[in-house]
Amino acid sequence: MSTHTNSAVAATSFKGSGARKKRRTPEDGGHPAWGIAAWAVGLLFAAPVLFMLLTSFHSETDAATNPPSVLAPLTLDGYRSFFAGQPWPPLINSLTASVVSTLLVLVLAVPAAYALSIKPVEKWTDVLFFFLSTKFLPIVAGLLPLYLFANSIGVLDNITFLILLYTSMNLPIAVWMMRSFLAEVPVEMMEAAQLDGAGLITMLRSVVAPVALPGIAATSLICFIFSWNELLLARTLTSTVASTSPVFLTSFATSQGLFLAQVCAAAVVISLPVLAAGFAAQDKLVQGLSLGAVK
Amino acid sequence: MTTATPAASELTPEQRTTYQAPQGQAARDRREARRRRIPLLPALVFTIAATQLPFLATIVISFMDYRALRPDQRGFTGFDNYVQVFTNPAIRSAVLTTILLTATVVIVSLVLGTAIALLLDRKFIGRGAVRTMMIAPFLVVPVAAALLWKHGILNSGYGLLNGVLTWVWGIFGSDSPPQPAWLTDYPLLSIELSLIWQWTPFMMLILLAGLQSKPGDVVEAARMDGAGAWQIFRYITFPHLRRYLELGGLLGSIYIVQAFDSVFIITAGALGTANLPYTIYATFFQQQNYGLASAQGVVVVIGTIIIATFALRTVSSLFDEETGR
Repeated sequence: MSTHTNSAVAATSFKGSGARKKRRTPEDGGHPAWGIAAWAVGLLFAAPVLFMLLTSFHSETDAATNPPSVLAPLTLDGYRSFFAGQPWPPLINSLTASVVSTLLVLVLAVPAAYALSIKPVEKWTDVLFFFLSTKFLPIVAGLLPLYLFANSIGVLDNITFLILLYTSMNLPIAVWMMRSFLAEVPVEMMEAAQLDGAGLITMLRSVVAPVALPGIAATSLICFIFSWNELLLARTLTSTVASTSPVFLTSFATSQGLFLAQVCAAAVVISLPVLAAGFAAQDKLVQGLSLGAVK
Repeated sequence: MTTATPAASELTPEQRTTYQAPQGQAARDRREARRRRIPLLPALVFTIAATQLPFLATIVISFMDYRALRPDQRGFTGFDNYVQVFTNPAIRSAVLTTILLTATVVIVSLVLGTAIALLLDRKFIGRGAVRTMMIAPFLVVPVAAALLWKHGILNSGYGLLNGVLTWVWGIFGSDSPPQPAWLTDYPLLSIELSLIWQWTPFMMLILLAGLQSKPGDVVEAARMDGAGAWQIFRYITFPHLRRYLELGGLLGSIYIVQAFDSVFIITAGALGTANLPYTIYATFFQQQNYGLASAQGVVVVIGTIIIATFALRTVSSLFDEETGR
């Protein structure tokens, strides 16, 4: 039996079992105390974020009180001084690096995932595990050669170099995720469509796309978040021209002395894209974080 | 099982007409195998170039006396750097800190994540809102989270934590609440708290997805047979959750072993909180001792490979379950 048909069988049986085991509805409430406990825990975990948001709208004097002045008047001063500190170049650099590297990752990962699932190469499991094993290699262990290399060919403080590194950082994750999604493409349906004379475009659109597109969305979300958050590479390899928002945030906090309201405003602005994307696509977030193992 | 025999339907019409002919079969198989490799190659070549080559260079530099401040002394020195790595007490303490930090954060996040996932797996009013609130910590940019914890929450003068202590003591009429200097008296705990806050939602999300994929009929049947809540958890829910716990533990370990942002910001590696990533970074940037930093990097990678071998075996078993083999 060829791996091809084998994986097709595996994919269908996986889907099949998913359909058979009908998804369980949440457990019935039971005692209302459980609901109250859940709310309490949720509020406890959200409290630092809410505190950050509230403090970002306070004046510096109201921000630095003990106990906290929850009801202090609101002001936009924190945001004003944050935006007065030239945050746009790093914000734009972060956006460029995250978006472009995510696109590059998809361009490389989708064909690779295809070659590991729909029409698998020989020893595809070994290849897949090679990709995962590169994530175990701490970034810090390769940092010095990257720095020396960038220095010698003159690409220190260059956003293109950072984009390539973010691509390599996220590619293994993306290959894993996309493979687990593409493994669910019904291969026998593709074959049937092919026999019926459907063109490649038709087949991609009607058979592959419905399974692949949610996977691409989840992969993009995760790659975007990881690139946007990255500090170590950006701090080491960029300085003024290509520095990203996390680097800006570290220097902002040290150069301004301690201004809690400003720091909170900066943290809110820089976290906003990730918070918005993550809240909007909570299910995609779970799929992405588990490398596609949880759907 | 081999990839040798492609299904007839994948062949081009020309190939299909000659499909029955036994001669030329091997050549066709090779062509097919090559054709299948093409989409994989760009990603594979890129990954090897970007991750394996720098590491090879790290190995070479680790055997050199290579200090940015003394360019005249550059040359190969054999194992000198490695001797330094293993005799330097600062590096030994960094190894311990890394293990302690990773284990504490992963285990506490997993336990809390499981408990919260079990809470959120029930029906109650505002379940979606609570889930959204729970996710928020994970979506704060790590640098911002570290700054928030350092200045906003753990600051001994006006941080939220000591502020809450003042409030609570005030309610009971005391005007001398405890005001610990968290960052200096409990530096490692400070880092752990901020990381646990960020990673518990991650674990919770994976475990909640696990709980929701649990077959309901088995639980129903067990309840019919008179199983109690604890028995259902112990014999049905927990075994089902095991693979999700392993997945969360593995992914969490990969990321937390490499935690740099929080150590860099909250304590800057002071007071015994320097973990390996921070130590290597400091050897590289502050001491500018490239040879020693590389040797440290190589040792870290060897340690990681040993741990990763076990971890990968775990993933392998998950993976086999998933593909049904």
